[in-house]
Amino acid sequence: MIGQNVVSLKTYLLVWAALLFLLLVSVGSAYVSLGPFNVVINFLIAVGKALLVLSFFMHLKYAGPLTKVFAAAGFFWLLLLFGLTMSDYSARSQSISFEKMIHLYQE
Amino acid sequence: MTDKHALTAEQFDDPEQEHEASTLGMWVFLGTEVLFFGVLFASYAVLRFNYPEAFAEASRHANIFLGTVNTAILLTSSLTMALAIRSAQLSKHKLTAGFLLLTILLGILFLGIKGVEYYGEYEKQLVPGLNFVYEGDNAQSIKLFFYLYFIMTGVHAIHVIIGIGTLAVIAVMAWREWFSSDYFTPVELVGLYWHFVDIVWIFLYPFLYLVSRG
Repeated sequence: MIGQNVVSLKTYLLVWAALLFLLLVSVGSAYVSLGPFNVVINFLIAVGKALLVLSFFMHLKYAGPLTKVFAAAGFFWLLLLFGLTMSDYSARSQSISFEKMIHLYQE
Repeated sequence: MTDKHALTAEQFDDPEQEHEASTLGMWVFLGTEVLFFGVLFASYAVLRFNYPEAFAEASRHANIFLGTVNTAILLTSSLTMALAIRSAQLSKHKLTAGFLLLTILLGILFLGIKGVEYYGEYEKQLVPGLNFVYEGDNAQSIKLFFYLYFIMTGVHAIHVIIGIGTLAVIAVMAWREWFSSDYFTPVELVGLYWHFVDIVWIFLYPFLYLVSRG
């Protein structure tokens, strides 16, 4: 035995039920107009689903600390990507319209 | 065949270390996949930030029913994949192959529904580079949305196809009883890949289908 603990069938089924429940919540909330909070809720629900899949289905909950660090590295990089990219665009005083952009590339 | 891996490769101290090394290697590969899909999501974020109304309008043309069904299918395929790994841990060979086959079937079903969606978008003339026609002020920005839609879901579908291929190979190995509680690492690694593809869709779904339905 490689020292792996066998996750119970019940745990897997509960996680699956939670995932489907979150899916229904996200669809349902999409039909309620909440302005900017719609995207926040959808994003948080997606993060929640991803964490369930990562922890239980991908066994991160039962993995050693080194594995967790390797798994977190990719998402840490995403923080840098989105953080730096969006800090640029959100600090602009005006967005460039499509017509202006097309003009720049019309050779 | 169960004795095939009774001896660990000589660079490792023990089977546990070999198993951890294999797992870490797969996570590194998934890290590169995060890089790959991450930039597509970043493009999406920039465009949506700059053209919110256009993205809201464009998203309403996506088939939310089929998209939701597809999400449920992929989530269930992750369950069957996890159960396949569990069966391998318990040395239940036929059950492992069965769950892997179920995962494959759900993946194929996902691709089929995606194809139906693509055809629907083709009929509505929403395919940039092919037949994109749209009346309205936001037409050009909506075209950008659909460029992203087809590229992101297309690349995701390629990953699903690759996943199905590797699952088929592992399923045949499981049927031939190559795995047991002593050694089931390949099943685990394919599982990690499949779950990752599922996670990508978990994020794709709300950003493409649920932008503005209220």
